Amino acid sequence: MEAMTTQDTTDTLDVARIRADFPIFDRHGEKPLHFLDSAASSQRPIQVLAEMDEYYETTHANVHRGVYGLAERATEQYENSRVAVGAFVGAPDPSREIIFTKNATESLNLVSNSFARGLFAPGDKVVLTKMEHHANLVPWLMVKDQMGIEIVYIDHDADGYLDLEDLDAKLDGAKLVSLTLCSNVLGTLNPVKEIAARAHAAGAVVVADGAQYVPHIATDVQDLGIDMLAFTGHKMLGPTGIGVLWAKAELLERMPPFLGGGDMILDVRLDGYTPNEIPYKFEAGTPPIAEAIGLGAAVKYLSALGMDKVRAHEIALSEYALRRFEEEFGRDLVVHGPKNPLDRGGVLSFAYRNVHPHDISQVLDQFGVCVRAGHHCAKPLMRTLGVAATARASLYIYNDESDVEGLIEAIAATRSFFG
Amino acid sequence: MQGLEDLYREIILDHYKNPRNSGQLDSPPAHSAEGYNPLCGDEVAVFVANDGDRIVDIKMSGQGCSISRSSASLMTVAVKGKSVAEAREAIRTFKNMMSIHEAALGAEAEDQVTPADLRTLGELAALQGVVKFPVRIKCATLAWNTLSQVLDEIEAGESN
Repeated sequence: MEAMTTQDTTDTLDVARIRADFPIFDRHGEKPLHFLDSAASSQRPIQVLAEMDEYYETTHANVHRGVYGLAERATEQYENSRVAVGAFVGAPDPSREIIFTKNATESLNLVSNSFARGLFAPGDKVVLTKMEHHANLVPWLMVKDQMGIEIVYIDHDADGYLDLEDLDAKLDGAKLVSLTLCSNVLGTLNPVKEIAARAHAAGAVVVADGAQYVPHIATDVQDLGIDMLAFTGHKMLGPTGIGVLWAKAELLERMPPFLGGGDMILDVRLDGYTPNEIPYKFEAGTPPIAEAIGLGAAVKYLSALGMDKVRAHEIALSEYALRRFEEEFGRDLVVHGPKNPLDRGGVLSFAYRNVHPHDISQVLDQFGVCVRAGHHCAKPLMRTLGVAATARASLYIYNDESDVEGLIEAIAATRSFFG
Repeated sequence: MQGLEDLYREIILDHYKNPRNSGQLDSPPAHSAEGYNPLCGDEVAVFVANDGDRIVDIKMSGQGCSISRSSASLMTVAVKGKSVAEAREAIRTFKNMMSIHEAALGAEAEDQVTPADLRTLGELAALQGVVKFPVRIKCATLAWNTLSQVLDEIEAGESN
């Protein structure tokens, strides 16, 4: 547990010091690692890894079952993480309102399945946007196939801003609105607070996909005015295999369970069952205990850095990248989404001349630059952008100007093959 | 960028920038199939006009990276005018060359694709470097798997 991060009193992130906490930057090989794919999955600091090791080495037992000390300690750590993760997003009643899942995808499937089992009627209207990740699109399409709900989409303009012109008409009679707080392709920060207020006026429940938002921007579910929030651990310095659903307690009380099994029941008879109290009603089977504890350590790490500073760092670095792209490549490089760094997260999807994103990514790899190339699990959005794929560089706390310069050098090198 | 020179050979870049047999054929009478790589969004459509057992014309369309586009272009050149059986043999040889398992076996595995095979493959041998970039193998084989489906359709039609 060396290089323990303590409260930093300066205005900006100390990237060199942060990088020292991440073993991967020392160990990955000879070339410097320009890791620009945190929107797909972030790296994790020694503090998170150590916390999980410590748990496995000293504490592990199944939770909510044993009456022996070890099991009690495991349960206590797991439940403490629930509260810490809830506090991180401003949940008013974290011990009841935070549900641990496998990832943000499972969190959204939990909501869609639960609504399909008791709260939706055929013909009910669900409002989405056209920039949703497949995780916030396919679950609703599945419910549409299953019971015939209607899905309506909020459109967006060429710069990636949602078109709120006919929002009230679209919200009229809607049962549920589900949208991303930050697009994983365009980077757009959507005006969820305003949409939530108008959706509530129309009587709809509001679900937010925070997978690309919670890791980067101070999140307060009460301020946002949403009813539910899905996010995932591995994009915010935590391990894979742990996701989160926050939802208002009164809503969770009304929602039927999703997965059935142990731990989610109060009583089981041969002819039926009685579900457990929330949040356990939605956590069937042995949960990802070490992963939840790892996520608890991750939010502790991020909180110590200060989420306002994380956001300021990403705005400054996005600004730098956009300016340097312009200087080096002019019109040869097009960044999708809002031009104003204040309106976007640190996600830079770009097209460079006519070089296919796969080929860009391949050449970049030779320079130790990791970017995502593909459709980013957003095929409908790719179609509206008129492309099959984009290359995407995404920024996080351990990136700085040297990573942007590494990216620029590597992009320029694609010209030796693709003219 | 030594590794990349193996991948982006001149022939490949030439077929990427100037694809051969690009376009579509009316289907029917031509047979066609579409292939997708869900991982990256690459798409290819292959159209084959046959006279009995003979591939008299072939076209391909779609979108994708340099490897998937050039492989499709090289494929059309390789099988145009060939019999269905010869085309199947070309598919088999090409996919052998692309087999990651053989590549992983190192030197011995080189024998798996014989010099005779490489002669048969002609310009296609330029794609051999792809095996060193396992993620790209699916790019290279997309058009070939799609052609295989078209040939299935042709043979199913003949046996009816």
